[in-house]
Amino acid sequence: MSAYTSTLGGERYRFDSLARLLAAASPERSGDRLAGLAAQDARQRVAARWALAEVPLTDFLTRPLIPYEDDDVTRLVLDTHDPAAFAPVASMTVGELREWLLSEAADAVTLAALAPGLTPEMAAAVSKLMGNADLVTVARKVRVVTAFRSTIGLPGRLATRLQPNHPTDDPAGVAAALLDGLLLGSGDAVIGINPATDSPKAVRDLLELLDGVIGRYAIPTQSCVLCHVTTSVDLMERGAPVDLVFQSIAGTQAANASFGVTLGLLDEAYEAALALERGTVGRNVMYFETGQGSALSAGAHHGVDQQTVEARAYAVARRYDPLLVNTVVGFIGPEYLYDGRQILRAALEDHFCGKLLGLPMGLDICYTNHADADDDDIATMLTMLGVAGASFVICTPGGDDIMLNYQSASYHDALYLREVLGLRPAPEFEAWLDSIGLLDPRGGIRELSGTTHPLTGIATTGTDGHTAGRATGRELAA
Amino acid sequence: MTISQAARSQTARSQTADSQAPDGQGELWASLRLRTQARIGLGRAGSALPTRHRLELQAAHAAARDAVHSPFDPDAVAARLTGTSVVRVRSAAPDRLTYLQRPDLGRRLNPVDRAHLPTGEWDVVFVVADGLSSQAVHEHAAAMIRATTARLPSGTRVAPVVLAEQARVALGDDIAHTMAATAVVLLVGERPGMSAADSLGAYLTHRPVPGVTTDADRNCLSNIRPPLGLDYETAAGKLVALLAGARELGRSGVALKDESGDEAVVDRRP
Repeated sequence: MSAYTSTLGGERYRFDSLARLLAAASPERSGDRLAGLAAQDARQRVAARWALAEVPLTDFLTRPLIPYEDDDVTRLVLDTHDPAAFAPVASMTVGELREWLLSEAADAVTLAALAPGLTPEMAAAVSKLMGNADLVTVARKVRVVTAFRSTIGLPGRLATRLQPNHPTDDPAGVAAALLDGLLLGSGDAVIGINPATDSPKAVRDLLELLDGVIGRYAIPTQSCVLCHVTTSVDLMERGAPVDLVFQSIAGTQAANASFGVTLGLLDEAYEAALALERGTVGRNVMYFETGQGSALSAGAHHGVDQQTVEARAYAVARRYDPLLVNTVVGFIGPEYLYDGRQILRAALEDHFCGKLLGLPMGLDICYTNHADADDDDIATMLTMLGVAGASFVICTPGGDDIMLNYQSASYHDALYLREVLGLRPAPEFEAWLDSIGLLDPRGGIRELSGTTHPLTGIATTGTDGHTAGRATGRELAA
Repeated sequence: MTISQAARSQTARSQTADSQAPDGQGELWASLRLRTQARIGLGRAGSALPTRHRLELQAAHAAARDAVHSPFDPDAVAARLTGTSVVRVRSAAPDRLTYLQRPDLGRRLNPVDRAHLPTGEWDVVFVVADGLSSQAVHEHAAAMIRATTARLPSGTRVAPVVLAEQARVALGDDIAHTMAATAVVLLVGERPGMSAADSLGAYLTHRPVPGVTTDADRNCLSNIRPPLGLDYETAAGKLVALLAGARELGRSGVALKDESGDEAVVDRRP
């Protein structure tokens, strides 16, 4: 049997499987306790880490946590593993991989070449031996650059998702929130709306509203209305202006099934979106959201700890060369991540694992009001993830999402992060901000006072029956 | 005045101040804020929020936090249900901290309290569950029960109202099953957002069986919260129609549609 053991303080510890070992080595979090997988006490947790440090990386290739026959994510991971890319670390243990990742030998070029050789389980395992600062140090070295109408992930840049949600998808309300975000320099990663319903008509109306604004003001960005992938496929067939195809994904076949998705469905949507050729500077057409706890919530975690199963979702994502991937880190609630400390740790783990596996990782740095967290936790997380080189963050008006009833980062928070770390927007978007007089001489966003800006015409978009959207539709057809 | 009332009136004051400001920005945002409750046009202090808006956000967050953590007061609800017999129970979650981390315990009855529940040939039992906002329950639960029972057909056998502490939605399954009631209507404090800390949800389940019944077997009315959300009379009308439909169909859930009219019934709870 594949048991793992270690001795700590004269006491011998035994872990019956790799999955049990990984779970016991995870930092304390409420979700693993809820699942009955967490270490029983602090000593057992450290004992698990000692044992994990000695595990050869090749064990992850020969001892899958979820059987190959039972799960298409396991099959995806093992079937696409690249032995040549793995070669430089093939003889290492998990503990040795940690030290190598932290060393100067692992630079941006080396890490990019390594990505196809690493499995999600290897990334999750090594993250469990790392401190928060280690997770920042290594993730900061990794560069993943993607593009559609703007380029995401370049050094010294931080992009933002502008999220103008409205509880009834009212176009006038969405347009008002959209204007607010653009005037604060947000929206270069995507202008993305969570619709209140998944009805194709409602989604299409919002897509046309966004497409109209992007077209009318020549904004170098992309839109996304975050509906189910089947809705996007349907809308693309009917000629709706879909830039990015969105889907929530998870790390097991059963959890994906609970979202109503299969790899086959994602393949179909990916091909359809590529065929539209709506990008101008790149062809990354997918947008995925993930988050720790979704597999447990769906009763589909197979005894694998919350963070490891999250990393497996990144294997699904990287199959489709996405423009954007973000973990909605604190969204589900305190039964999975109890407080600001647990949310911060999970955010750093997710960002590290995603980047290491070659993904353009961003974050929805957020919490619900029944978690023990506040706006100071948002500031702490933003700062650490900015230093860690996050590709993008999600921003809402005042940090308060009135549709999803949770708290996230605000447009102001993004301005703060760009200011203190000297980060700039995506280059195409930055040039656009300059062209409309919103870029100040120091590279920040100019503060408007006294006068209205030409962009305020957006505010009439929702009140005049989406004329902007229809006009653009005709232009595209012509 | 509660904190949330203070935050609301503060917001109202800000909007007035903005609309009276001489610059075009203030007027623009005052008019745009009529279209959305989103916190738009807040202005800036450098890169950060102006002091007033920072404090308003903190007040709204405090109201939401207080709603989650303020203790449930079953006596206050019982006092508003004069003439109705009530039973008090607790879930298997001993305290708030455990409740928030262990949803499984919030779905099970405390064994001591289970033994005290009466049984009878009841058509419906109303359960008042604190959920994530006891404030919502204190403000709206008794009025919802009165409005609903007043509309039930004569002859409907209504069980004593169960007031449940540290309770999640599925605790209603355990309660109804133990009491042998045909249907349960569970009124629960919803997860508080910063714009709404006092929102009540109503979940109807026909013949629930603990551990077998799933969320797909329930019908939900969300955002009961007059005057800003759904009002009691409308919600009660829908509930009574759903109860009748469930009795006729022999089950509740996705197969049972709310056909009482107007707006769609949306459940956005996780």
